[in-house]
Amino acid sequence: MGESIVITSGKGGVGKTTTTANVGTALALMGKKVCLVDTDIGLRNLDVVMGLENRIIYDIVDVIQERCKLKQALIKDKRFEALSLLPAAQTSDKSDLTPEGMVKIVQELKQDFDYIIIDCPAGIEQGYKNAVAGADKAIVVTTPEKSSVRDADRIIGLLEQEDIESPRLIVNRIRNHMVEQGDMLDVDEIVNILSIDLLGIVADDDEVIKASNHGEPIAFQPNTKASLAYRNISRRILGESVPLLSLQEDKGMFAKVKKFFGIRS
Amino acid sequence: MSNKKQIVTIKGTKDGLTLHVDDTCSFDEVLKELDHKLLRNYVDDDQPMITVSIQLGNRYLNEEQLEQLREVVRGHNKLVIHSIESDVITKEDAMEWMKDSEITSMFKVVRSGQVIDVRGDVLLVGDVNPGGKIAATGNIYVMGHLRGIAHAGINGDTNAIIAASYMKPSQLRIANYISRSPDYDTEGVYMECGYIDLNQEKIIIDRLQLLNQKRPDLSGLERRMLNG
Repeated sequence: MGESIVITSGKGGVGKTTTTANVGTALALMGKKVCLVDTDIGLRNLDVVMGLENRIIYDIVDVIQERCKLKQALIKDKRFEALSLLPAAQTSDKSDLTPEGMVKIVQELKQDFDYIIIDCPAGIEQGYKNAVAGADKAIVVTTPEKSSVRDADRIIGLLEQEDIESPRLIVNRIRNHMVEQGDMLDVDEIVNILSIDLLGIVADDDEVIKASNHGEPIAFQPNTKASLAYRNISRRILGESVPLLSLQEDKGMFAKVKKFFGIRS
Repeated sequence: MSNKKQIVTIKGTKDGLTLHVDDTCSFDEVLKELDHKLLRNYVDDDQPMITVSIQLGNRYLNEEQLEQLREVVRGHNKLVIHSIESDVITKEDAMEWMKDSEITSMFKVVRSGQVIDVRGDVLLVGDVNPGGKIAATGNIYVMGHLRGIAHAGINGDTNAIIAASYMKPSQLRIANYISRSPDYDTEGVYMECGYIDLNQEKIIIDRLQLLNQKRPDLSGLERRMLNG
Protein backbone atom coordinates (compact mmCIF):
# COMPACT_ATOMS: atom_id res chain seq x y z
CA MET A 1 0.00 0.00 0.00
CA GLY A 2 1.49 3.30 -1.09
CA GLU A 3 1.47 6.75 0.41
CA SER A 4 -0.04 9.84 -1.17
CA ILE A 5 1.53 13.27 -0.72
CA VAL A 6 -0.01 16.51 -1.94
CA ILE A 7 2.29 19.40 -2.86
CA THR A 8 0.59 22.71 -2.28
CA SER A 9 1.35 26.37 -1.57
CA GLY A 10 -1.71 28.58 -1.88
CA LYS A 11 0.18 31.14 -3.91
CA GLY A 12 0.95 30.55 -7.56
CA GLY A 13 4.40 30.52 -9.09
CA VAL A 14 6.37 29.36 -6.06
CA GLY A 15 7.39 26.08 -7.69
CA LYS A 16 4.77 23.47 -6.85
CA THR A 17 4.98 21.78 -10.23
CA THR A 18 8.79 21.89 -10.33
CA THR A 19 8.90 20.46 -6.81
CA THR A 20 6.43 17.71 -7.71
CA ALA A 21 8.45 16.74 -10.76
CA ASN A 22 11.77 16.72 -8.94
CA VAL A 23 10.71 15.09 -5.70
CA GLY A 24 8.92 12.41 -7.73
CA THR A 25 11.94 11.90 -9.95
CA ALA A 26 14.31 11.72 -6.99
CA LEU A 27 12.12 9.18 -5.21
CA ALA A 28 12.00 7.10 -8.39
CA LEU A 29 15.79 7.31 -8.67
CA MET A 30 15.97 5.74 -5.22
CA GLY A 31 14.10 2.75 -6.51
CA LYS A 32 10.56 3.62 -5.43
CA LYS A 33 7.59 3.27 -7.71
CA VAL A 34 6.18 6.75 -8.10
CA CYS A 35 3.10 8.18 -9.77
CA LEU A 36 2.77 11.92 -10.32
CA VAL A 37 -0.80 13.24 -10.46
CA ASP A 38 -1.52 16.65 -11.98
CA THR A 39 -4.77 18.13 -10.64
CA ASP A 40 -4.43 21.57 -12.19
CA ILE A 41 -7.31 21.08 -14.62
CA GLY A 42 -7.25 23.56 -17.48
CA LEU A 43 -3.70 24.73 -16.77
CA ARG A 44 -1.70 21.55 -16.84
CA ASN A 45 2.07 21.92 -16.69
CA LEU A 46 3.48 18.85 -15.06
CA ASP A 47 3.56 16.90 -18.32
CA VAL A 48 5.56 19.73 -19.93
CA VAL A 49 8.10 19.88 -17.12
CA MET A 50 8.47 16.11 -17.31
CA GLY A 51 8.77 16.25 -21.10
CA LEU A 52 5.86 13.86 -21.59
CA GLU A 53 3.37 16.22 -23.23
CA ASN A 54 3.39 14.43 -26.58
CA ARG A 55 2.46 11.09 -25.02
CA ILE A 56 -0.87 12.15 -23.50
CA ILE A 57 -3.86 10.25 -24.85
CA TYR A 58 -6.27 10.13 -21.91
CA ASP A 59 -6.30 12.33 -18.82
CA ILE A 60 -7.63 12.34 -15.25
CA VAL A 61 -11.08 13.65 -16.25
CA ASP A 62 -11.40 10.82 -18.78
CA VAL A 63 -10.75 8.41 -15.92
CA ILE A 64 -13.33 10.05 -13.63
CA GLN A 65 -15.94 10.13 -16.36
CA GLU A 66 -15.12 6.53 -17.22
CA ARG A 67 -14.08 7.10 -20.78
CA CYS A 68 -11.01 4.98 -20.09
CA LYS A 69 -9.37 2.76 -17.47
CA LEU A 70 -6.92 4.34 -15.01
CA LYS A 71 -4.08 2.20 -16.42
CA GLN A 72 -4.74 3.56 -19.91
CA ALA A 73 -4.36 7.15 -18.77
CA LEU A 74 -1.06 6.57 -16.95
CA ILE A 75 2.03 7.61 -18.91
CA LYS A 76 5.25 5.73 -18.26
CA ASP A 77 8.24 8.02 -18.05
CA LYS A 78 10.48 7.88 -21.11
CA ARG A 79 13.62 7.59 -19.00
CA PHE A 80 12.75 4.85 -16.57
CA GLU A 81 9.98 2.47 -15.66
CA ALA A 82 9.50 3.37 -12.00
CA LEU A 83 7.95 6.74 -12.75
CA SER A 84 4.44 7.37 -14.11
CA LEU A 85 2.31 10.43 -14.71
CA LEU A 86 -1.44 10.90 -14.58
CA PRO A 87 -1.96 14.12 -16.56
CA ALA A 88 -4.60 16.77 -15.94
CA ALA A 89 -7.20 17.62 -18.56
CA GLN A 90 -6.54 20.74 -20.56
CA THR A 91 -9.98 21.34 -22.05
CA SER A 92 -12.24 20.47 -19.12
CA ASP A 93 -13.41 22.55 -16.21
CA LYS A 94 -12.25 22.31 -12.60
CA SER A 95 -15.71 21.11 -11.55
CA ASP A 96 -15.24 17.94 -13.64
CA LEU A 97 -12.98 16.70 -10.88
CA THR A 98 -14.55 15.93 -7.50
CA PRO A 99 -13.00 15.12 -4.12
CA GLU A 100 -14.76 11.73 -4.16
CA GLY A 101 -13.37 10.97 -7.61
CA MET A 102 -9.87 11.89 -6.47
CA VAL A 103 -10.10 9.65 -3.40
CA LYS A 104 -11.11 6.75 -5.64
CA ILE A 105 -8.25 7.32 -8.09
CA VAL A 106 -5.64 7.73 -5.36
CA GLN A 107 -6.86 4.59 -3.61
CA GLU A 108 -6.49 2.66 -6.84
CA LEU A 109 -3.02 4.09 -7.50
CA LYS A 110 -1.88 3.17 -3.99
CA GLN A 111 -2.21 -0.51 -4.91
CA ASP A 112 0.49 -0.25 -7.56
CA PHE A 113 2.76 2.57 -6.43
CA ASP A 114 4.89 3.36 -3.37
CA TYR A 115 4.41 7.09 -3.62
CA ILE A 116 1.67 9.15 -5.24
CA ILE A 117 2.73 12.79 -5.55
CA ILE A 118 -0.21 15.11 -6.19
CA ASP A 119 0.44 18.50 -7.78
CA CYS A 120 -2.09 20.98 -6.41
CA PRO A 121 -3.32 24.04 -8.32
CA ALA A 122 -2.85 27.52 -6.83
CA GLY A 123 -5.66 28.95 -4.75
CA ILE A 124 -7.88 27.56 -2.02
CA GLU A 125 -11.01 26.75 -3.99
CA GLN A 126 -12.37 23.63 -5.66
CA GLY A 127 -9.05 22.68 -7.26
CA TYR A 128 -7.27 22.72 -3.93
CA LYS A 129 -10.04 20.71 -2.28
CA ASN A 130 -9.84 18.08 -5.01
CA ALA A 131 -6.07 17.78 -4.72
CA VAL A 132 -6.10 17.49 -0.95
CA ALA A 133 -8.97 15.00 -0.78
CA GLY A 134 -6.93 11.92 -1.58
CA ALA A 135 -3.75 12.84 0.29
CA ASP A 136 -2.30 11.20 3.41
CA LYS A 137 0.43 13.79 3.83
CA ALA A 138 1.11 17.28 2.61
CA ILE A 139 4.16 19.30 1.65
CA VAL A 140 3.82 23.07 1.64
CA VAL A 141 6.10 24.96 -0.73
CA THR A 142 6.96 28.58 -0.07
CA THR A 143 9.49 31.12 -1.29
CA PRO A 144 11.24 33.55 1.06
CA GLU A 145 8.77 36.32 0.26
CA LYS A 146 6.25 37.75 2.70
CA SER A 147 3.26 37.24 0.43
CA SER A 148 4.19 33.64 -0.23
CA VAL A 149 4.74 32.91 3.47
CA ARG A 150 1.38 34.51 4.27
CA ASP A 151 -0.39 32.23 1.78
CA ALA A 152 1.52 29.21 3.05
CA ASP A 153 0.30 30.05 6.54
CA ARG A 154 -3.27 30.18 5.27
CA ILE A 155 -2.89 26.84 3.52
CA ILE A 156 -1.42 25.23 6.63
CA GLY A 157 -4.46 26.47 8.55
CA LEU A 158 -6.75 24.88 6.00
CA LEU A 159 -4.77 21.64 5.94
CA GLU A 160 -5.21 21.36 9.73
CA GLN A 161 -8.92 20.94 9.13
CA GLU A 162 -8.33 18.03 6.75
CA ASP A 163 -7.66 14.49 7.76
CA ILE A 164 -3.97 14.86 6.96
CA GLU A 165 -0.75 14.50 8.89
CA SER A 166 0.88 17.76 9.94
CA PRO A 167 2.34 19.24 6.73
CA ARG A 168 6.05 19.71 6.13
CA LEU A 169 7.74 22.69 4.56
CA ILE A 170 10.00 23.25 1.57
CA VAL A 171 11.51 26.71 1.20
CA ASN A 172 12.15 27.18 -2.48
CA ARG A 173 14.13 29.73 -4.51
CA ILE A 174 16.34 31.05 -1.76
CA ARG A 175 18.74 33.72 -3.00
CA ASN A 176 21.53 33.60 -0.53
CA HIS A 177 23.09 36.97 -1.33
CA MET A 178 19.74 38.66 -0.65
CA VAL A 179 19.27 36.81 2.60
CA GLU A 180 22.74 37.86 3.72
CA GLN A 181 21.97 41.49 2.97
CA GLY A 182 18.76 41.19 4.96
CA ASP A 183 16.57 41.81 1.91
CA MET A 184 14.97 38.38 2.02
CA LEU A 185 13.44 36.39 4.85
CA ASP A 186 15.81 33.74 6.10
CA VAL A 187 14.79 30.13 6.57
CA ASP A 188 14.76 30.28 10.38
CA GLU A 189 12.38 33.20 10.29
CA ILE A 190 10.00 31.39 7.94
CA VAL A 191 10.04 28.21 10.01
CA ASN A 192 9.52 30.32 13.12
CA ILE A 193 6.39 31.92 11.68
CA LEU A 194 4.89 28.82 10.09
CA SER A 195 5.91 26.55 12.98
CA ILE A 196 5.92 23.31 11.01
CA ASP A 197 8.75 20.87 10.30
CA LEU A 198 11.21 21.86 7.62
CA LEU A 199 11.61 19.21 4.95
CA GLY A 200 14.18 20.97 2.84
CA ILE A 201 15.53 24.10 1.25
CA VAL A 202 16.25 24.72 -2.42
CA ALA A 203 18.41 27.57 -3.68
CA ASP A 204 17.32 29.68 -6.60
CA ASP A 205 19.19 28.33 -9.60
CA ASP A 206 18.94 29.14 -13.31
CA GLU A 207 19.70 25.49 -14.02
CA VAL A 208 16.30 24.50 -12.60
CA ILE A 209 14.47 26.66 -15.13
CA LYS A 210 16.74 25.47 -17.92
CA ALA A 211 16.12 21.84 -17.06
CA SER A 212 12.36 22.34 -16.80
CA ASN A 213 12.31 23.97 -20.22
CA HIS A 214 14.03 20.94 -21.66
CA GLY A 215 11.49 18.62 -20.07
CA GLU A 216 14.21 17.06 -17.93
CA PRO A 217 13.70 17.64 -14.18
CA ILE A 218 16.92 18.84 -12.58
CA ALA A 219 16.90 15.89 -10.20
CA PHE A 220 18.24 13.75 -13.08
CA GLN A 221 21.47 15.71 -13.10
CA PRO A 222 23.97 14.20 -10.73
CA ASN A 223 25.77 17.18 -9.24
CA THR A 224 23.99 20.52 -9.28
CA LYS A 225 23.08 22.02 -5.92
CA ALA A 226 19.37 22.03 -6.74
CA SER A 227 19.31 18.39 -7.71
CA LEU A 228 21.17 17.50 -4.53
CA ALA A 229 18.59 19.49 -2.57
CA TYR A 230 15.71 17.56 -4.15
CA ARG A 231 17.44 14.25 -3.59
CA ASN A 232 17.95 15.15 0.06
CA ILE A 233 14.28 16.06 0.36
CA SER A 234 13.35 12.66 -1.05
CA ARG A 235 15.66 10.91 1.38
CA ARG A 236 13.97 12.76 4.22
CA ILE A 237 10.58 11.66 2.87
CA LEU A 238 11.89 8.10 3.05
CA GLY A 239 12.71 8.70 6.70
CA GLU A 240 16.47 9.23 6.57
CA SER A 241 17.91 12.08 8.55
CA VAL A 242 19.97 14.25 6.23
CA PRO A 243 21.48 17.58 7.27
CA LEU A 244 20.41 20.71 5.37
CA LEU A 245 22.64 21.82 2.52
CA SER A 246 24.72 24.89 3.11
CA LEU A 247 23.61 27.76 0.93
CA GLN A 248 27.00 29.41 1.00
CA GLU A 249 28.96 29.55 -2.22
CA ASP A 250 32.40 27.97 -2.02
CA LYS A 251 34.74 30.75 -1.03
CA GLY A 252 38.00 29.05 -1.74
CA MET A 253 40.78 27.69 0.37
CA PHE A 254 41.16 30.57 2.78
CA ALA A 255 37.51 30.50 3.86
CA LYS A 256 37.71 26.75 4.38
CA VAL A 257 40.77 27.11 6.58
CA LYS A 258 39.03 29.79 8.62
CA LYS A 259 36.01 27.58 8.99
CA PHE A 260 38.23 24.73 10.06
CA PHE A 261 39.55 26.84 12.89
CA GLY A 262 36.07 28.00 13.78
CA ILE A 263 36.62 31.63 12.79
CA ARG A 264 33.49 33.30 11.53
CA SER A 265 33.98 35.13 8.29
CA MET B 1 -48.97 54.18 58.26
CA SER B 2 -46.61 54.49 61.14
CA ASN B 3 -43.63 56.70 60.65
CA LYS B 4 -41.42 54.61 62.85
CA LYS B 5 -39.84 52.94 59.88
CA GLN B 6 -39.47 54.97 56.76
CA ILE B 7 -39.94 53.15 53.49
CA VAL B 8 -37.94 55.69 51.53
CA THR B 9 -35.19 57.71 53.11
CA ILE B 10 -33.82 60.65 51.19
CA LYS B 11 -30.31 61.85 51.76
CA GLY B 12 -28.68 64.78 50.11
CA THR B 13 -25.03 64.47 49.15
CA LYS B 14 -22.80 66.75 47.15
CA ASP B 15 -23.47 64.56 44.09
CA GLY B 16 -27.23 64.85 44.39
CA LEU B 17 -29.88 62.82 46.15
CA THR B 18 -29.56 59.26 47.39
CA LEU B 19 -32.77 57.38 48.00
CA HIS B 20 -32.52 54.45 50.35
CA VAL B 21 -35.44 52.13 49.79
CA ASP B 22 -36.52 49.73 52.52
CA ASP B 23 -36.25 46.14 51.25
CA THR B 24 -38.91 44.47 53.38
CA CYS B 25 -42.10 46.18 52.23
CA SER B 26 -44.01 45.52 49.00
CA PHE B 27 -43.05 47.13 45.73
CA ASP B 28 -46.38 48.91 45.39
CA GLU B 29 -45.81 50.58 48.72
CA VAL B 30 -42.39 51.73 47.54
CA LEU B 31 -43.83 53.34 44.42
CA LYS B 32 -46.60 55.06 46.37
CA GLU B 33 -44.28 56.32 49.07
CA LEU B 34 -41.68 57.49 46.57
CA ASP B 35 -44.24 59.42 44.59
CA HIS B 36 -45.53 60.98 47.75
CA LYS B 37 -42.11 61.93 49.12
CA LEU B 38 -40.83 63.42 45.90
CA LEU B 39 -43.98 65.46 45.51
CA ARG B 40 -43.40 67.04 48.87
CA ASN B 41 -39.86 68.01 48.02
CA TYR B 42 -40.80 70.70 45.58
CA VAL B 43 -37.96 72.32 43.63
CA ASP B 44 -37.81 75.61 41.84
CA ASP B 45 -37.74 75.77 38.07
CA ASP B 46 -34.53 77.75 37.97
CA GLN B 47 -32.58 75.22 40.02
CA PRO B 48 -30.20 72.93 38.20
CA MET B 49 -31.06 69.27 37.53
CA ILE B 50 -30.58 66.97 40.48
CA THR B 51 -29.06 63.56 40.01
CA VAL B 52 -30.61 60.74 41.94
CA SER B 53 -29.14 57.41 42.85
CA ILE B 54 -31.38 54.76 44.32
CA GLN B 55 -30.16 52.10 46.76
CA LEU B 56 -32.45 49.10 46.79
CA GLY B 57 -30.70 47.10 49.52
CA ASN B 58 -31.57 43.41 49.34
CA ARG B 59 -34.44 43.90 46.95
CA TYR B 60 -34.40 42.44 43.46
CA LEU B 61 -36.34 44.25 40.74
CA ASN B 62 -36.96 42.89 37.27
CA GLU B 63 -36.77 45.05 34.17
CA GLU B 64 -40.46 45.97 34.27
CA GLN B 65 -40.32 47.07 37.90
CA LEU B 66 -37.14 49.06 37.26
CA GLU B 67 -38.93 50.87 34.46
CA GLN B 68 -41.86 51.65 36.78
CA LEU B 69 -39.45 53.03 39.35
CA ARG B 70 -37.77 55.22 36.75
CA GLU B 71 -41.14 56.37 35.55
CA VAL B 72 -42.08 57.60 39.04
CA VAL B 73 -38.83 59.52 39.48
CA ARG B 74 -38.96 60.99 35.98
CA GLY B 75 -42.50 62.15 36.71
CA HIS B 76 -41.04 64.82 38.91
CA ASN B 77 -39.29 67.90 37.74
CA LYS B 78 -35.56 68.29 37.80
CA LEU B 79 -34.72 64.75 38.74
CA VAL B 80 -32.35 62.60 36.70
CA ILE B 81 -31.63 59.01 37.61
CA HIS B 82 -27.94 58.39 37.82
CA SER B 83 -27.99 54.82 39.02
CA ILE B 84 -30.15 52.17 40.60
CA GLU B 85 -28.20 49.75 42.72
CA SER B 86 -29.18 46.56 44.35
CA ASP B 87 -27.17 44.22 46.55
CA VAL B 88 -28.69 41.13 44.96
CA ILE B 89 -28.62 39.67 41.46
CA THR B 90 -30.25 36.62 39.94
CA LYS B 91 -28.37 33.39 39.41
CA GLU B 92 -28.72 33.96 35.71
CA ASP B 93 -26.96 37.32 35.86
CA ALA B 94 -24.30 35.83 38.07
CA MET B 95 -23.68 33.10 35.51
CA GLU B 96 -23.42 35.70 32.79
CA TRP B 97 -20.88 37.61 34.82
CA MET B 98 -18.93 34.49 35.39
CA LYS B 99 -18.83 33.74 31.69
CA ASP B 100 -17.56 37.25 31.07
CA SER B 101 -14.68 36.81 33.46
CA GLU B 102 -13.74 33.20 32.73
CA ILE B 103 -10.47 32.46 31.03
CA THR B 104 -10.66 30.23 27.99
CA SER B 105 -7.38 28.44 27.29
CA MET B 106 -6.37 27.51 23.77
CA PHE B 107 -3.39 25.67 22.43
CA LYS B 108 -2.86 26.40 18.77
CA VAL B 109 -1.32 28.64 16.14
CA VAL B 110 -3.84 31.14 14.81
CA ARG B 111 -2.88 31.27 11.15
CA SER B 112 -3.63 33.70 8.36
CA GLY B 113 -7.37 33.83 7.72
CA GLN B 114 -8.31 32.25 11.04
CA VAL B 115 -10.32 34.12 13.65
CA ILE B 116 -10.64 33.24 17.34
CA ASP B 117 -13.62 34.86 19.05
CA VAL B 118 -14.00 34.32 22.77
CA ARG B 119 -16.36 35.50 25.48
CA GLY B 120 -14.46 36.52 28.59
CA ASP B 121 -10.68 36.36 28.71
CA VAL B 122 -8.56 34.22 26.44
CA LEU B 123 -5.21 32.59 27.08
CA LEU B 124 -3.61 31.48 23.86
CA VAL B 125 -0.61 29.20 24.12
CA GLY B 126 0.76 29.58 20.61
CA ASP B 127 1.23 32.30 18.02
CA VAL B 128 -1.08 34.66 16.20
CA ASN B 129 0.39 34.86 12.72
CA PRO B 130 0.06 37.82 10.34
CA GLY B 131 -3.43 37.80 8.87
CA GLY B 132 -4.82 35.91 11.87
CA LYS B 133 -7.07 37.51 14.47
CA ILE B 134 -7.86 36.90 18.11
CA ALA B 135 -10.77 38.70 19.77
CA ALA B 136 -12.30 38.58 23.25
CA THR B 137 -14.83 40.51 25.29
CA GLY B 138 -12.25 40.59 28.08
CA ASN B 139 -8.48 40.45 28.14
CA ILE B 140 -6.16 38.65 25.76
CA TYR B 141 -3.05 36.86 26.93
CA VAL B 142 -0.78 35.37 24.29
CA MET B 143 1.99 33.01 25.34
CA GLY B 144 3.75 33.16 22.03
CA HIS B 145 4.26 35.56 19.18
CA LEU B 146 1.52 38.07 18.49
CA ARG B 147 2.03 39.07 14.87
CA GLY B 148 -1.56 39.43 13.69
CA ILE B 149 -4.53 41.38 15.04
CA ALA B 150 -5.70 41.26 18.64
CA HIS B 151 -8.95 42.88 19.75
CA ALA B 152 -9.69 42.97 23.49
CA GLY B 153 -12.88 44.28 25.06
CA ILE B 154 -14.89 43.90 21.86
CA ASN B 155 -18.07 44.93 23.69
CA GLY B 156 -16.56 48.22 24.72
CA ASP B 157 -14.61 47.39 27.89
CA THR B 158 -11.89 50.03 27.85
CA ASN B 159 -10.16 48.43 30.82
CA ALA B 160 -9.31 45.33 28.81
CA ILE B 161 -5.66 44.63 28.13
CA ILE B 162 -3.61 42.62 25.66
CA ALA B 163 -0.48 40.89 26.88
CA ALA B 164 1.97 38.87 24.82
CA SER B 165 5.33 37.17 25.25
CA TYR B 166 6.36 38.71 21.95
CA MET B 167 4.55 41.73 20.55
CA LYS B 168 4.75 42.58 16.90
CA PRO B 169 1.08 42.98 16.05
CA SER B 170 -0.18 44.37 12.79
CA GLN B 171 -3.00 45.96 14.81
CA LEU B 172 -4.00 46.22 18.45
CA ARG B 173 -7.61 47.04 19.18
CA ILE B 174 -9.15 47.63 22.59
CA ALA B 175 -12.85 48.53 22.76
CA ASN B 176 -13.17 51.25 20.08
CA TYR B 177 -9.51 52.18 20.00
CA ILE B 178 -7.24 50.99 17.23
CA SER B 179 -3.50 51.27 16.91
CA ARG B 180 -1.48 49.88 14.07
CA SER B 181 2.12 48.94 13.54
CA PRO B 182 4.43 51.64 12.16
CA ASP B 183 5.04 51.78 8.42
CA TYR B 184 8.74 51.14 8.78
CA ASP B 185 10.18 47.75 9.68
CA THR B 186 10.51 47.19 13.40
CA GLU B 187 11.69 44.50 15.71
CA GLY B 188 9.02 43.17 18.04
CA VAL B 189 9.20 43.57 21.79
CA TYR B 190 9.24 40.86 24.43
CA MET B 191 6.95 40.60 27.45
CA GLU B 192 4.83 43.66 26.86
CA CYS B 193 1.19 44.57 27.07
CA GLY B 194 -1.21 47.03 25.50
CA TYR B 195 -3.82 49.03 27.41
CA ILE B 196 -5.79 52.22 26.93
CA ASP B 197 -4.44 55.33 28.59
CA LEU B 198 -7.56 57.46 28.99
CA ASN B 199 -5.55 60.65 29.49
CA GLN B 200 -3.81 60.26 26.17
CA GLU B 201 -6.86 58.66 24.56
CA LYS B 202 -4.84 55.96 22.89
CA ILE B 203 -3.44 52.48 23.26
CA ILE B 204 -0.09 52.36 25.04
CA ILE B 205 2.36 49.50 24.84
CA ASP B 206 4.34 48.99 27.99
CA ARG B 207 6.18 46.45 30.10
CA LEU B 208 4.08 43.65 31.58
CA GLN B 209 5.37 44.48 35.04
CA LEU B 210 3.49 47.79 35.02
CA LEU B 211 0.12 46.07 34.70
CA ASN B 212 -0.54 45.73 38.40
CA GLN B 213 -0.20 49.50 38.75
CA LYS B 214 -2.29 50.35 35.72
CA ARG B 215 -5.01 47.75 36.23
CA PRO B 216 -4.89 46.71 39.90
CA ASP B 217 -8.25 44.91 39.77
CA LEU B 218 -7.32 42.80 36.76
CA SER B 219 -7.90 39.52 38.52
CA GLY B 220 -11.10 38.55 40.23
CA LEU B 221 -14.77 38.42 39.42
CA GLU B 222 -15.55 41.79 40.98
CA ARG B 223 -14.05 43.83 38.18
CA ARG B 224 -16.85 42.63 35.89
CA MET B 225 -19.45 43.50 38.48
CA LEU B 226 -17.99 46.95 38.91
CA ASN B 227 -17.68 47.58 35.23
CA GLY B 228 -21.03 46.08 34.42
